[in-house]
Amino acid sequence: MSFWDVLRFAAGALVGHRLRTSLSVAGVAVGIAAVIGLTALGEGARRYVTSEFAALGSNLLIAMPGKVETTGAAPFGGVVHDLTLDDLQAVMRLPRVRSAAPLAAGTENVRFGDRSRAVPVLGTTSEFAEVRHISVAAGSFLPAGDPQRGGTEMVLGVTVARELFGEANPLGRVVRVGPWRFRVVGVLAPRGRGLGFDFDDLVFVPVGTAMRMFNRTSLFRVLVEVRVHEEMAETRADVLGLLVDRHRADDVTVISQDAMISAFSSIMRALTLALAGIASVSLAVAGVGIMNVMLVSVTERRAEIGLLKAIGARDRQVLAAFLTEAALLSTIGGLVGLGTGLGAIHVFVRFYPSFPAVPPTWAVAAALGMSVLVGVVFGVWPARRATRLDPVAALVKR
Amino acid sequence: MIELRAVSRTYEVGGAPVRALRSASLLIGRGEHVALVGPSGSGKSTMLHIIGCLDRPNGGEYVFDGQEVGAAAEEVRAELRARKIGFVFQFFHLLPRLTAAGNVELPMLFAGVGRAERRDRAHAALEAVGLAPRATHRPDQLSGGERQRVAIARAVVMDPAVLLADEPTGNLDRASALEVMELIEAMNRRGLTLVVVTHDPAIAGRARRVVHMADGELVEDSGQGTGDRGQGGT
Repeated sequence: MSFWDVLRFAAGALVGHRLRTSLSVAGVAVGIAAVIGLTALGEGARRYVTSEFAALGSNLLIAMPGKVETTGAAPFGGVVHDLTLDDLQAVMRLPRVRSAAPLAAGTENVRFGDRSRAVPVLGTTSEFAEVRHISVAAGSFLPAGDPQRGGTEMVLGVTVARELFGEANPLGRVVRVGPWRFRVVGVLAPRGRGLGFDFDDLVFVPVGTAMRMFNRTSLFRVLVEVRVHEEMAETRADVLGLLVDRHRADDVTVISQDAMISAFSSIMRALTLALAGIASVSLAVAGVGIMNVMLVSVTERRAEIGLLKAIGARDRQVLAAFLTEAALLSTIGGLVGLGTGLGAIHVFVRFYPSFPAVPPTWAVAAALGMSVLVGVVFGVWPARRATRLDPVAALVKR
Repeated sequence: MIELRAVSRTYEVGGAPVRALRSASLLIGRGEHVALVGPSGSGKSTMLHIIGCLDRPNGGEYVFDGQEVGAAAEEVRAELRARKIGFVFQFFHLLPRLTAAGNVELPMLFAGVGRAERRDRAHAALEAVGLAPRATHRPDQLSGGERQRVAIARAVVMDPAVLLADEPTGNLDRASALEVMELIEAMNRRGLTLVVVTHDPAIAGRARRVVHMADGELVEDSGQGTGDRGQGGT
């Protein structure tokens, strides 16, 4: 009895019980689709977050005032020194630092004529374009100069430019923010979202002016571009050491891009695994379903099994036939589930194109492997029952 | 050909032993036509199942073709069922999902016969029982008599030495019963050893030798059963 003979015989038995077959196929399909779908969402979240961080540039260190890991309330401590423009200029003089840019942030109403739009206003310097790989579609970015002094130049994101000026050329026009007046010197190239900011829907102004406008003494962030990628750790220590020295207190946090990416990536991967684990519970349920169906099948087909024995089928042939049936059930279920899961993801991505939901290859392979395994494992007991059946008892009854 | 020596078989039914066969001895020669008769519970079906290697005796010896098979390994007995013994049942036991041809192919499938040969031999076997035009019909599209003829084709397609029939006409009308009996008797005349269990005196009367059973014992044997008859003898 060749493999194909066994397969054909088992397939024939499944086709002979269409309803029962399709129900247990559906059971496995739901399990596999859940594994595929949930891991795709988890993987999508991981890719989304890591690409957000990667968009920042891989040679980037970020300095921010205050300690991230605050532990308890210090009795007299808790004083956080400002992160100032002097600090920035000191950081820029460090030999391992290629460039650094400040960031002061607030949200203001930006007005042109009778149009007004509330957008994030970011104060920075000309170095920001280099550090964050900003490109300008028209005009230029903020001019170089003494950051303390400020200025009246403004660079618009594309959305802001379109909303305030329509088709008109905004270059050279005067825009008002509260009592402040700015001259538009550039419009950014379209870029999309990047970690908290929509670069199409914000404006840049000189940092000195921004700090006076927001009435702040501390910078929100200092972005530091490292000269050599391999010296990230040393540079981070340099920056931290310098700032601690200047503040005479360990009150700043300097994080590196890589550390954030790998931390988030591993968190998201763990999340994906957890989702896969939850989804596999439904696979186990489907397995029990298959076992149930096969047990019913064995009981219902007592006469058939008795007959097979009477015409000389060996025990191992009967076992093989029933195991093949179970494996076939779960494999078909696996394929149907794979199709369903991929289809659902496809539909999902059409609605949320920015979310890169893709099932990881390992999940697809594992899901298919598991579906076959589920059939074999949960098919063993029913198949063994079939072989142990007493042919005489099975054949006497009709 | 078939030699049962003091064979006994005891079942446990609800904890109480039921002695279906008590020290039964029977010798059936090649080409014989034997009817096993007796009231229900007399042990005639048990006898047939033991002869057919579906059941094992608790005591005594069963020798088939000079080989002790009563206590042989299951593998040996399965081989015997596959190649030397054909079964016909009261309830036909055709697989409803398979066509007539598919049912006839079944023994060859499990014996490892190739696909093309299976098809040819199934066709020939169906032709021999007069059902070649019905080859692609499923059992539920066949009459009772036709179903039993398909079952007979299935039983003989492996060219066995013995055909065992358990109430083969028990579920058939008179005319179909006659057809079926004539069919297997014709096969018997060509050398196939035939053992029929029945409680129908008309069917039993057609046999050359009638063995009466009661309470698990042989009580009357009309024939001699001393040795094998020649091939094709009448």
